Amino acid sequence: MEKTINNKAWFMVLPVLALVAFSAVIPLMTVVNYSVQDTFGNNQFFWAGTEWFEELLASERFRDALVRNLIFSFSILAIEIPLGIFIALCMPRKGWGVPVCLVLMALPLLVPWNVVGTIWQVFGRADIGLLGYTLNNLGINYNYTQDPVAAWITVIVMDVWHWTSLVVLLCYAGLVSIPEAYYQAARIDGASKWAVFRYIQLPKMQRVLLIAVLLRFMDSFMIYTEPFVVTGGGPGNSTTFLSIDLVKMALGQFDLGPAAAMSLVYFLIILVFSYVFYTVMTNVGADKPQAKGE
Amino acid sequence: MANIELNHIRHSYLPNPQSKTDYALKEVHHTFEDGGAYALLGPSGCGKTTLLNIISGLLRPSEGDLLFDGVSVRDLPTEARNIAQVFQFPVVYDTMSVYDNLAFPLRNRGVEESVVDETVRHILGIIDLESKAHRKAQGLTADEKQKISLGRGLVRADVNAILFDEPLTVIDPHMKWVLRSQLKHLHKQFGYTMVYVTHDQTEALTFADKVVVMYEGEVVQIGTPDELFQRPQHTFVGYFIGSPGMNVVPCTLEGEGARIGSNVVPLNGVNGVGTGQSLELGVRPEFVTLKPAGEGMPIQVQAVEDVGRYRIVRAKLEDYDFNAIVMEGQEIPENPSAVISAENINLYADSWLVGREG
Repeated sequence: MEKTINNKAWFMVLPVLALVAFSAVIPLMTVVNYSVQDTFGNNQFFWAGTEWFEELLASERFRDALVRNLIFSFSILAIEIPLGIFIALCMPRKGWGVPVCLVLMALPLLVPWNVVGTIWQVFGRADIGLLGYTLNNLGINYNYTQDPVAAWITVIVMDVWHWTSLVVLLCYAGLVSIPEAYYQAARIDGASKWAVFRYIQLPKMQRVLLIAVLLRFMDSFMIYTEPFVVTGGGPGNSTTFLSIDLVKMALGQFDLGPAAAMSLVYFLIILVFSYVFYTVMTNVGADKPQAKGE
Repeated sequence: MANIELNHIRHSYLPNPQSKTDYALKEVHHTFEDGGAYALLGPSGCGKTTLLNIISGLLRPSEGDLLFDGVSVRDLPTEARNIAQVFQFPVVYDTMSVYDNLAFPLRNRGVEESVVDETVRHILGIIDLESKAHRKAQGLTADEKQKISLGRGLVRADVNAILFDEPLTVIDPHMKWVLRSQLKHLHKQFGYTMVYVTHDQTEALTFADKVVVMYEGEVVQIGTPDELFQRPQHTFVGYFIGSPGMNVVPCTLEGEGARIGSNVVPLNGVNGVGTGQSLELGVRPEFVTLKPAGEGMPIQVQAVEDVGRYRIVRAKLEDYDFNAIVMEGQEIPENPSAVISAENINLYADSWLVGREG
């Protein structure tokens, strides 16, 4: 079969290209522009070359924030993905329980991010917050404004509370799309619950899990609002993530050049990680022809 | 292998079935003998799959009992019944290789790996997938996947029965024939009890020793292919088996014969007809002889289909459809009349065959 090549089709995507250009490409280019220049205000710019990039990559502040970000993202992935799968498996597949569970699950997703931050900020306070007050009265020393460990736990638990639902809903969608015949065949074959999970449910959830991991990684790597509201990046710099640092640099200190360089590096890191996740996860379980016997 | 006894089984998918029509399965009472090859034949929605799922335990019957070798298994889960079942559409474990797919039912039951290997290799040969044994099941074609499903059904030697739910639907016609012969061969070799659900009469008649014909949730006839052909117990069996199906025309009794409109055909003695029942006369197109006008009942030929070895004459007898089969080399007279001999006539009262004398 010959493919007819029709270049006119490209004109059809022009409107979208124009939109994307205005919304993404042009702003990105201005960031690129800033990242190679220096300014002392008065709209005067001087060529700086790769100076900001070199400075950034050598800076301990950046590296620390990056490491914190990575630890945060991998921690919440390690909790939210298995927990999300587990909850999705426990949810009913039919009857009145389905809408009830779905609504309950969707609730945290509907709460605005800064409100989530405020909820947990109050919830965790040692003097009036239900959680903080209870824990301290139980003899556990919990104070997220002073103790970096408590601050980290608060931020992670908050993210788990806020976003596990997304993983649950995605996994649930994957689970209910498995035809009943698979479960019937598994019963005939005498498969254990674990085998059903390992060989039927997990493979069938692979695609939605990929989406869940990508979304949660990108989102958590860019997290800003919630920790900013709860801890403001503290105590000290212990919960200062890249985004918080970036805002400080760009808007607090008005260092446009270094902030632009940081934005670009930040963007590239997310891109690279997402690409790696995507490649690895789509290749898991793919058929690799054997060297012999084929 | 075991005797499978269905003891007055009824099933409804509704929580509180009231009338007879609420039941997907209306009272099935039947025994599948140990080592028999049975076909469950019937149109879509007649309850075949329901019956099969009740035997395998995927469904619990609303009423009645199920016994394997005299022991009730009604409350046993599927896993404990030791049944193999092959479904209509392929079910494979995507992430496993073809080999592991076949080994799965054995490994789950803790069979020794050397035995697993021997059995799986044997089955791979039967389903002709040896060359792809170590490929992931995911990338295979639909009929290869279905062969894996079939293979998983055959891999356990000690099962009580193997149930097939229209297993060859997605397989191409040539392979269908090959696999059916393989199944038949396996049945002879190992004496499995096999129940094979199908809506294809050729498949049923070639596979099974005994065919169970179902219609609207009831078993209407159980018999050998020959019995189904010669003496359909229900007009549905007459229609459903044979190509074309049996001619069924309404009639009334008149003395020793049956009256169809202005014609009377002789009957071989009739008993057991109650008053008020609607009577029908059934005769297979194979047993209708066409003679020149005046020798039998006049029919109006509508069309003649030449199917090679014989011709099918589509005609009307007193406004009722009436078909005849004329063998190759025989003439179709002009203005033909149909002659049927008494021994080939079946009489039906309210759709059920009337008992005969002599």
